[in-house]
Amino acid sequence: MTTTQQNKTLYSAIETDQANILTEWIAEQKKMMSQYGQAKEQELTQQCQTFLQHFLAAIREGNLDNMQSPEWRATYAVLEDVATIRGEMGLSPSETATFVFSFKRPLFASLARMADGNAEALAAAVWEATTLLDRLGLYTTEVYTKIREGVIARQQEDMLELSTPVVTLAPGILALPLIGTLDSARTQVVMETLLQTIMETGSTIAIIDITGVPTVDTLVAQHLLKTVTAARLMGADCIISGIRPQIAQTIVHLGVELGDIATKATLAGAFKLALDRSGLSIVKTKPALQI
Amino acid sequence: MRNSETLPLTNESDIIFARREVRSRGSEIGLSLVDVTKLVTACSELARNTVVYGGGGTVTIEPLSNGVRKGLRLIFEDQGPGIADLNLALTDGYTSGSGMGLGLSGARRLCNEFEIVSVVGQGTKVTVAKWK
Repeated sequence: MTTTQQNKTLYSAIETDQANILTEWIAEQKKMMSQYGQAKEQELTQQCQTFLQHFLAAIREGNLDNMQSPEWRATYAVLEDVATIRGEMGLSPSETATFVFSFKRPLFASLARMADGNAEALAAAVWEATTLLDRLGLYTTEVYTKIREGVIARQQEDMLELSTPVVTLAPGILALPLIGTLDSARTQVVMETLLQTIMETGSTIAIIDITGVPTVDTLVAQHLLKTVTAARLMGADCIISGIRPQIAQTIVHLGVELGDIATKATLAGAFKLALDRSGLSIVKTKPALQI
Repeated sequence: MRNSETLPLTNESDIIFARREVRSRGSEIGLSLVDVTKLVTACSELARNTVVYGGGGTVTIEPLSNGVRKGLRLIFEDQGPGIADLNLALTDGYTSGSGMGLGLSGARRLCNEFEIVSVVGQGTKVTVAKWK
């Protein structure tokens, strides 16, 4: 059997039986996806109708061996929509791919009716159809994965921004509370934000607080040293605070030299030192308010 | 006690994940906060070496027990270019890259056991252990 004939078998099977296939297909999906909910039924019907229409057109016009050809573009576009909607709804990849795979049963049933006992013709048609649908099914998974990756990338960027607030504690005194892991990308952002704020505020003292950094290894130490050196070039002195006992012992064993950089165990200690250096002090002027 | 496990090391987030895993397993077997921090820092250094210089590899985390003593062993393996001069690589301040040159020697000081085997052109295997 040539490809054109198979095309025709597949095409006429769907064409003549369109209404049946659609009803069975929608029923099949509803069974498998309880989560999809009643409210979405109309949307599902709409998606199935559009897919069937473009799929049919692609088989009629298209090249079944080369699914990159332009005839298939509309079919892929429908699948992209479906995968996007389902991915954003938080459905699993299987539930997303079900859209295509659940099409098999009604389609094969229709092909069987069409073949009318001719086993060889049926086998050929089913093979042709299954090859097509598998490729389309895998495509939904690919789109789904891309959408998820997009979500993850967005979250990473959000975290990058979250992690770098530079706050002014007193005139001329800045604080940079670092939290989490200092990988290279984040350190770059931290350093830029700090240097920028030093310039804007004309501050002379910057406190870098590493209380929220769980691991201080040589890479983190190197980043800190570079930041301190750059700040110094701009005329601001840095104090590193939040060095807990276990971090202090680890730094000693690593052999990292922090040189003449002032360090303190707590942010409060660093703030007091910064006030001293600026000639400022905190004075109690009246008894504390009774609340 | 959990079994040993092998984690991939191919990028920065793998290093962070390995570190988290070592931290949780170290606390589980009762290592003190200082010892956990030391082991996690050593893990960070060696994992980064595996990724940056070894071109990626794996880390195997193995629970140890010797009577009542418990410990954790980490094995870092890569199929990278290997290290030609181990003594030089273990010298404080020497680096073939852009780091501080303290990772390998620092990791040795942070752990109770340290072993390194490297064949040029075949790869490097670093084994460290921390006992309670």
